[in-house]
Amino acid sequence: MSPDFLNVIEVILNGLMAGIMYSLVALGFVLIFKASGIFNYAQGVMALFAALTLVGFQTGQVPFAHLINATFGTDVHHWGSGMNTFLAILCTMAVMILFAWLLERIVLRHMVNQAPIILFMTTIGLAYFMEGFGDLMWGADIKNMDVGLPSGGSFWLEDVTKGWASEGSEYYGMYIDVLDVWAAGIAILLVISLTLFSQYTKTGRALRAVADDHQAAMTVGISLRSIWIIVWSIAGFVALVAGIMWGSKSGVQFSLSLIALKALPVLILGGFTSIPGAIIGGLIIGIGEKLFEYSLGGMIGGATENWFAYVLALAFLMFRPQGLFGEKIIERV
Amino acid sequence: MKLKTLTAAVVAAGLLVTSVPALADLNFPMLSYRTGAYGANGAQFADGYADYFTLLNERDGGIGGVKAVTPECETGYKTDKGVECYESTKGDGALVYQPLSTGITYQLIPKVTQDNIPMHTMGYGRTSAANGKVFSNVFNYPANYWDAASVIVKHLSDVEKGDLKGKKITLVYHNSAYGKEPIRTLEELSKKHGFELKLLPVDHPGQEQKSQWLQIRRERPDFVIMYGWGVMNQVAIKEAANIRFPMENFVGVWWSGSENDVIPAGEGANGYKAVTFHGVGADYPIFKDIAKHVKDAGKAAGDGSNIGKVLYNRGMYAALLAAEAAATAQKMHDTKDITSAQMRDGMENLKIDEARMTELGLPGFGPEINVTCENHGGPGLAAIQQWDAKAEQWKLITEFVESDREIIDALIAEDSAAYAKENKIEDQDCSKG
Repeated sequence: MSPDFLNVIEVILNGLMAGIMYSLVALGFVLIFKASGIFNYAQGVMALFAALTLVGFQTGQVPFAHLINATFGTDVHHWGSGMNTFLAILCTMAVMILFAWLLERIVLRHMVNQAPIILFMTTIGLAYFMEGFGDLMWGADIKNMDVGLPSGGSFWLEDVTKGWASEGSEYYGMYIDVLDVWAAGIAILLVISLTLFSQYTKTGRALRAVADDHQAAMTVGISLRSIWIIVWSIAGFVALVAGIMWGSKSGVQFSLSLIALKALPVLILGGFTSIPGAIIGGLIIGIGEKLFEYSLGGMIGGATENWFAYVLALAFLMFRPQGLFGEKIIERV
Repeated sequence: MKLKTLTAAVVAAGLLVTSVPALADLNFPMLSYRTGAYGANGAQFADGYADYFTLLNERDGGIGGVKAVTPECETGYKTDKGVECYESTKGDGALVYQPLSTGITYQLIPKVTQDNIPMHTMGYGRTSAANGKVFSNVFNYPANYWDAASVIVKHLSDVEKGDLKGKKITLVYHNSAYGKEPIRTLEELSKKHGFELKLLPVDHPGQEQKSQWLQIRRERPDFVIMYGWGVMNQVAIKEAANIRFPMENFVGVWWSGSENDVIPAGEGANGYKAVTFHGVGADYPIFKDIAKHVKDAGKAAGDGSNIGKVLYNRGMYAALLAAEAAATAQKMHDTKDITSAQMRDGMENLKIDEARMTELGLPGFGPEINVTCENHGGPGLAAIQQWDAKAEQWKLITEFVESDREIIDALIAEDSAAYAKENKIEDQDCSKG
C-alpha cells in the first residue's frame, strides 16, 4: 500500500478517536436537554469541576485551603497523602450528586415552567458560579490527572503497520494514542449503560416519560424534582468521565471548560435529544475535521478544525434542521 | 433611610480604603489574571510582581522611602477587560502598566501614549515598540519575541555545529497576533541560514492538536519551535512525547517554558527546552529575604508555593525593573513622589549592571540593561533552559547570548516606520540626551 493511502487511514482513525472525545462532552448536554429541555451551558464547567474534585481527593488537597488560611492565619494545604483512585472517583460522584441536589433545591425548582431562554440563562450563571467556586475550592494551578490509564503512541500498531507500506517507501507505521483507544472503550460502555438504564430500569423509564411529556409524567405520579436530580447526577457522572479523559490529555486546568465548544457542532449535527446522535455526530465531526485539515488545511493556512467542525454541522443542518437523530418538531397552528 | 445612607457611606469608605492608594504611595497597578483559562500562569506572575514590592516595603521601607502599592485589576486575559482596568485605574496615579497580554498591549499603546503613562511589556507585546523614537511610552526590555526566535535558531545552529543548511524546522504557533510574531523573523533567518521553515498554526485554546502532531510525525522535522500559551503548551509537549519526538530538539519561547507546561507530561517532557531572558530556580540570595520578610511574615500574595518558579521569577523581575526605574526617576527629578511622566524618564534611562543585580540579591539572573531614548528594547539577550523531569527543575544550559541584531534591528526599523506612518507619529527627539 502507498504511504499516502495509509496516512489517510491513520487520519480517519485518529478522527474517530477525537470524535469520541467530543461525544463524551456532548452526551452530558443531550441527557439534560432530553429530560428537561434545558441547554446546559455549564456542561463544560461541570467536567472541569468534576476533574478538579477528583484530583483534589486523589492528592489529599484541603478544599478552600486558600480561604481557610487567609481567614484563620493557618497554613494547611493537604490532609494526608490522598485517596486511591477508585475511592476518589466514588467521592467525586458523591459531590456531583450533592451538587445536583443543591441545584434542584436552590435553583431549578424556582424555574419550573419558565421559558427555555430563562433556563438557558440560568445555566450561564451556573457556569460562571461553578468556575469561580471550583477556583476557590481547589485553586487555579494546573493539576496532573493520573487515574492509571495508559497513554502515548501504540508501539504494537506502529510495528504491525510498518510493513504495510510498499517496499522502499518512507513510512513509520500508523499512530494511535492508547489513551484515545481507552476513551473509545469507555464511551461505548457509557452509551450501553445509559441505554440499558433508560430501557430496563424503572427510573430510566420515568426519565423517558419526563422527556416525552413532563406534564403527562407528573399526572402519573412521577416526581419532576427527583427526575431532575437524577438527570443532573448522571450528567455529572458523564462530566466526570469527560473530565478524566480530557484532563489526562492536558492536565486539569480551567481551559478544560472550553471543551464544551467542541461539543456544540456535535450537538448541531447529531441532534440535541439523541444519545446515539451524540456518538455518530462526534464521529462525523472528528473524521470530517481531521480529513479536511489533512487534505486542504495546508493550502489555506492550517488550523481549520475549529471552524470546519461548525461548517460541517451547518451543512447538515440545511438538510436536517433537527440534526441527524433529533426529533422533528411539528407545531400545528 | 438613615441606615441606608450609613451603609452606603461605609461601603464607599471601604472601597476608597481598599482600592485607592494614599497620595504619597508609589502606585504600580497590576492588570493581572488569576481566573479563567490562563489563570494558572497569570497568578504566578502576579504573585512574583506583588511580592517583590512587598519585600521592598517591608525590608527597605519602600522605594527611596516611599511605600509602593500594587492594586490588582482582574483582566481574565481578556482585551476588553484589560482596557476597562486601565481606564479605571489610570486616574489613581498609576506609574507604569504591565498588561501581561499582547492583545491588551496593542489596545493600550495609543492610550498610554496619549496619557503619558509608560507601559512595560517584557518579552511580549508589539516587538517593534523597541524603537523608542516611535513608541515613546512603550518599553519591552530586556528582550522581545524576535530576539527569542533568533536566539533559538542560534542555539539550534550551535547544536548542528554552525550549519543549519537543509535542516527542517517547524514552528508550531498559537494562531493569534502573539503566535504569528516570530514568523517574519524566522523567514528571514531561514533565508540566511538555509533551513526549511514549516508553519503549523494551532487555534485557541489548543486542546486538540492531533492533526498538527501527526503531520510532524510524518514529516520528521529536525527541530520544532513553539510559540504557545496556556493549555496549548501542555498538550503540545504531551503530544510530542507521545509521538516520541526527541525532546531536546523541541524548543519553546519563554511563554512556553514554565513548570505548568511540562509537569503534566511527566517523564515524557524530559529534555524539553525553552528560551528565557532571566534565571531559573530559587537559588539566589533574594529568596532568603522574600522568605523572611514576605512569606514567613504572612504577607505573600499567594500561598508561597510558587516562589522560585519560572513565572513567579518573571513577575518578580518585572517588579524589580519597575522599582529600579522608579528609583532612577526619583534621582533624575530629585523628588520622591514621582509622576508617570517622570517614571517614563526613569525607564528610558534605566541602567542595571551585574554589580547592581548582585546587590539586589540576583547575581547572574539577567543580562545587563541599558535603556536609551532610541532603544526601548534593551540588550535582546537570552539563554536556553532545559527541563529535568526527574528533579522537576529547569536548568540554564547556555549563557545569555545576543540575538541576530542585523536581522532584528532591520525588522524593528521597518515595522515601527510603518506604524509611525499609519498613525502619523513623529519621531521622538532623542538628541537632548
